[in-house]
Amino acid sequence: MAIPHTEMSGAVVTEAAPTAPGGGQISAKPRSLLRRGWEVFAESKLALAGSGFVIFIVLFCWVGPHIYVTQQVSTPIENAYCTPGGAHLLGCDNLGYDTLGRLMVAGQNSLTVGLLAAAVACTFGAIYGAASGFIGGLVDSLMMRIVDAVLSIPYTLVIIVLVVIVHPSTLTMIGFIALIYWPQPARLVRGETLSLRTREYVQAVKVAGGGRSRAMFRHIMPNAIGVIIVQATFAVADSILILSLLGFLGFGLPPPTTDWGSMLSQGLNFINLGYWWLIYPAGLLIIMTCVSFNFIGDALRDAVESRLHRR
Amino acid sequence: MAPLLELTDLRTEIKLREGVVHAVDGVSLSVDPGETLAIVGESGCGKTMTALSIMRLLPPGGQIAGGSIKLNGQEISTLSEDELRNIRGNEIGMIFQDPLTSLNPTMTIGNQIAEAVLLHRDVSKEQAMERAVEVLDLVGIPRVRERIKEYPHQFSGGMRQRVMIAMALACEPKLLIADEPTTALDVTIQKQILELIDDLRRRLGMAVILVTHDLGVVAGQADRVAVMYAGKIAEVTDTTTLFSHPRHPYTEALFQALPDKAADAGDRLYSIPGIPPDLVNPPVGCRFAARCRYATDKCREEEPQLIGEVAGHEFRCFYPVGPSERSEKGRIAAYDTSLGEAPPAGPGIGDVLVDLDRLVKDYPVTRGAVLQRRVGWLSAVSDVSFKIRSGETFGLVGESGCGKTTIGKLVVGLEKLTGGVIRFDGKDLAKSSAREYRKERRKIQLMFQDSYASLDPRMRAGALLREPLVIQHIGSRQEQHERVAEMLDKVGLPRTAAERYPHEFSGGQRQRLGFARALMLNPQLIVADEPVSALDVSIQAQVLNMMKELQRQFGLTYMFISHDLGVIRYLSDRIGVMYLGKLVEIGPAEEVYLRPAHPYTRGLLDSAPVADPAQERAKVTEGVRGELPSAIHPPSGCRFRTRCPLAQEICAEVEPPMTPFAGEGHFAACHFPLQAAVGSPVTVASEQAALS
Repeated sequence: MAIPHTEMSGAVVTEAAPTAPGGGQISAKPRSLLRRGWEVFAESKLALAGSGFVIFIVLFCWVGPHIYVTQQVSTPIENAYCTPGGAHLLGCDNLGYDTLGRLMVAGQNSLTVGLLAAAVACTFGAIYGAASGFIGGLVDSLMMRIVDAVLSIPYTLVIIVLVVIVHPSTLTMIGFIALIYWPQPARLVRGETLSLRTREYVQAVKVAGGGRSRAMFRHIMPNAIGVIIVQATFAVADSILILSLLGFLGFGLPPPTTDWGSMLSQGLNFINLGYWWLIYPAGLLIIMTCVSFNFIGDALRDAVESRLHRR
Repeated sequence: MAPLLELTDLRTEIKLREGVVHAVDGVSLSVDPGETLAIVGESGCGKTMTALSIMRLLPPGGQIAGGSIKLNGQEISTLSEDELRNIRGNEIGMIFQDPLTSLNPTMTIGNQIAEAVLLHRDVSKEQAMERAVEVLDLVGIPRVRERIKEYPHQFSGGMRQRVMIAMALACEPKLLIADEPTTALDVTIQKQILELIDDLRRRLGMAVILVTHDLGVVAGQADRVAVMYAGKIAEVTDTTTLFSHPRHPYTEALFQALPDKAADAGDRLYSIPGIPPDLVNPPVGCRFAARCRYATDKCREEEPQLIGEVAGHEFRCFYPVGPSERSEKGRIAAYDTSLGEAPPAGPGIGDVLVDLDRLVKDYPVTRGAVLQRRVGWLSAVSDVSFKIRSGETFGLVGESGCGKTTIGKLVVGLEKLTGGVIRFDGKDLAKSSAREYRKERRKIQLMFQDSYASLDPRMRAGALLREPLVIQHIGSRQEQHERVAEMLDKVGLPRTAAERYPHEFSGGQRQRLGFARALMLNPQLIVADEPVSALDVSIQAQVLNMMKELQRQFGLTYMFISHDLGVIRYLSDRIGVMYLGKLVEIGPAEEVYLRPAHPYTRGLLDSAPVADPAQERAKVTEGVRGELPSAIHPPSGCRFRTRCPLAQEICAEVEPPMTPFAGEGHFAACHFPLQAAVGSPVTVASEQAALS
């Protein structure tokens, strides 16, 4: 959409600006959108810390196992409950798996499910919500009642039933979580759309002869993007937590695969025995990952807000 | 007489992310007991901040950085928050612009006023309620004892402002600060409120500080006026002197930018070039120098002091303008080069372009969330017919809720007609095919009131301007870009503006952008809905000049919708006056202004404040009484009868037909017109031919 920079010669800038009867200096070479967005993003120290942590955790999960090689398929049972130190930096669990190595493998699953489930749920939910709000009337009522119906069913129950029917894997987990999560972004985006569609710039599209899809995808969705982004980062955190919860209930990914939530729930069995390394590391990783994504989301919302950009 | 309030070298700063805004920069003022001082200026000049500083109700990050505020000789700028609370609402009362957001929607009117009394007086709840009844009665609320138990939403805008005034007066303050008290109200209500404030000032012997941007309001109300510019006082004197002999070039320019000052519609308005300076880094020297036509190097280097040659008249200028220079018309033209030389006249007025035939628009009034039962109809437009010829400017004027915006939306196709026909170039648009309709759309474009709301904040100006072309599949990418650049030139924006986002433009620039977008498709008719209402006088003049200029260049036809009679008169060839969904009078602009036939038109003209103290104070008529009735149950017969001073029985029974009056195409619908009719009433059959 942007107009090529070649169109504006420097001469036009200096000549035109002072004579502009509207006044105000409209000069200076504009910088790229990405760069200006990054400036706003980088203003938030928390977001930078969050991004740093996310990069670290991705490296930890996918590169880590190549550096810190552990046995994560067969169980050397004689190592069970060994304390941190020596060959096992964070000790071992009740089956003799190395905890640090297991955190890496579990993280791969938690992160994959978290990110993909959130992406699927938010994309579908946003389009659904925007369509519902934009069309309005009876269709809107109907579409929103469907959302209410989905929200009113206890999601743990749904997933438990599904898990019994379909063999759980990373892929099916993504599908299940997206299936129960999409109504939340849908409701938020619909609310935003309801207020956006009455804006004059949406009417302006109509006056120029433009159709509904242009109004929706060109004007309403980009303006609702802030809401969608924030919701998406919550969705990542929530998906990781839902996966954890299922693991905790014993309906998570089947062994030997695991995720942070399953590790935590298993560790909790030994809370009275003082095996802290089975509880704190997994819990801490869940919390810090969720918090990091929320920080990033907050700053991203500001970064895509062109009104906050500086020249 | 010792002044009631004395500001000395007051400085107020607001800390923002980008730096410190010097909102008020060394203001010295005094207000005597019982007088009305007006602080006037454009938005961002620091007039509201000055008022808020007195009450110390500054926005977050704001603080008084220096100077003193003395009330009755007592320094109040250094008082603690607790001590100050005794003064707020007690010695100084304040009214704000928006009466809806200033009242708590969950508390009854009576309780809100009683609360103010209880805070400052040692009285019982019952006594406080008694006082509430008393003040509400004082501000002219009918049936006070019943209404005191009602909530803010049950009051109309004008009534809410009366409640606000009552609340401010509850503790008998010595000073009332009114911050744009009537800006959100219609002219007829504005007149009532301003008269109420003035009447109360006299009866209660309090002083009033009136903060406003409207020179007309100042002319009618103020004893003395302080003109502010960029955080400083530019000129201060008594009202009569200011209007007859302004000395500061800024004051002079403000007057010349007023549309009602232009002798006739052909004149260009004087527009102050540029925009006010940034108060984060204020310029050295005179702050007005960059926009001043008399400025020299001295002005840009050295700051003039606020001095006076005559007692009571001070101004901040090295080269004050003399009384004689105001009448010099040639000067205005010579300095106004914002749009280049005036080209020869355009194609002029031609055949009928738009024909509105008995338009009706009703909105259903529904109840219930899911099963929306219809419980009635709101009659927004009722049987309105008129024609607009190509090349002319048709002004549609009326109070809010009269249906003028609805007509605009019907014409551009944003709303569907309930009844009647709109013919454009002889064709009924509603009957054309979808493809044809899409093409016809190009020829009718809308210019919105709020340019900020009508430009997508996430699109660059270039993309915004290109969008109509993209939608209509006109030209290649390259051609579209060329057209964008060409249009930016036309509306006086630099080509680099294409890279900017809407929020990076000033209000006037955004309105130019909105106008450029409307022009992209080469339309024949532009419906302009209050295009300058949100702009300051000087910027308004720039936009009006541009609109006139481009009308000539492109042979455009305008349907100009506004509540501002001055603007409508300046721009329009013909005027239609609407009241509650009905067209009550139509005719040539000058004819309707000088010899209105309908009492409503007369009342509207009387209500509109004129920037001339002598004329404004000489007005004896009371404007229009009462408030706009509901459009769900409009009055029978003539809809204006409930507020009309001339109404008789027949007005309630028979709807008055359109009747011709002296002057070509001058018609009005009234049983008791203010002048004799020159022909027989227009019957339905002959209406078509006659109302052109």
